[in-house]
Amino acid sequence: MKPINEMNVSFFSRSSNEGFARAAVAAFAAQLDPTVDELSEIKTAVSEAVTNCIVHAYRDTIGIIYIKAQIYEDGRLVIRVRDKGCGIENVEQAMEPMFTTGGEERSGLGFTVMQNFMDRVRVLSHVGKGTVVTLYRTLESRPVGND
Amino acid sequence: MGVRLTLREGTLTALLSGEIDHHCAKGIREEVDKAAGQTKPRRLVLDFSRVQFMDSSGVGLIMGRYKLMQSIGGIVILANLPEKIEKIVALAGLDRLARIERNWDHETNQ
Ligand SMILES: Nc1ncnc2c1ncn2[C@@H]1O[C@H](COP(=O)(O)OP(=O)(O)O)[C@@H](O)[C@H]1O
Ligand SMILES: [Mg+2]
Repeated sequence: MKPINEMNVSFFSRSSNEGFARAAVAAFAAQLDPTVDELSEIKTAVSEAVTNCIVHAYRDTIGIIYIKAQIYEDGRLVIRVRDKGCGIENVEQAMEPMFTTGGEERSGLGFTVMQNFMDRVRVLSHVGKGTVVTLYRTLESRPVGND
Repeated sequence: MGVRLTLREGTLTALLSGEIDHHCAKGIREEVDKAAGQTKPRRLVLDFSRVQFMDSSGVGLIMGRYKLMQSIGGIVILANLPEKIEKIVALAGLDRLARIERNWDHETNQ
């Protein structure tokens, strides 16, 4: 199935862009007429994925973060967050609640939050090459038209 | 993001506002820790009534303050959590580390 709408955005992995990234995706998702709760959960999941690129993927450098968001006719929203950073050695372990390589102030709950707030989370990673996190969420409300 | 700190009768209250993410967590942490280090309060109240957004970086922030208060023999109270933030707090099991107060009054500290 082809998306009925798509947006792409890329930006430096500066922490000041965390707010920009979740607001940009929320503004795009708004055309699916989501509830306030749905929108808030989407923003939170995007914030988690983007923060991981900044904190982990590009730990000691500044790299580029790529986001692609797509809307499908059936009300499905697909958000892909991609980095070309360090990659994840063991994805299964990384997704366990409380697992973190980030030290004291990280909770290790980013993936748990993403999984709780989205229908599905898919992670593809290659050490030294980067990571792609895809977030899937079907919204209860449907787009009114496709104009 | 903003944090307003007040100390009264051994209770340090941090009135947080705006969006709590990794970007602004550092600033909040530094201000709260500085004040707590200087005043050694018995209770640290984190008031979320003016917080519009929080992700798991906020969970890390709360856990860190819990450890800090534990080290000086005090407790953490999470006050006036908006519903969507309480969901993340519950998901993280923070209700086991901190007291949750739904109708906290800054004036009377209870
Ligand atoms: N994009 C990424 N690139 C490299 N490592 C990552 C990435 N995302 C997550 N990780 C790894 O997965 C772990 C768990 O992530 P997460 O659940 O968000 O918790 P936290 O960010 O608090 O550590 C991180 O500590 C890190 O080791
Ligand atoms: Mg994270």
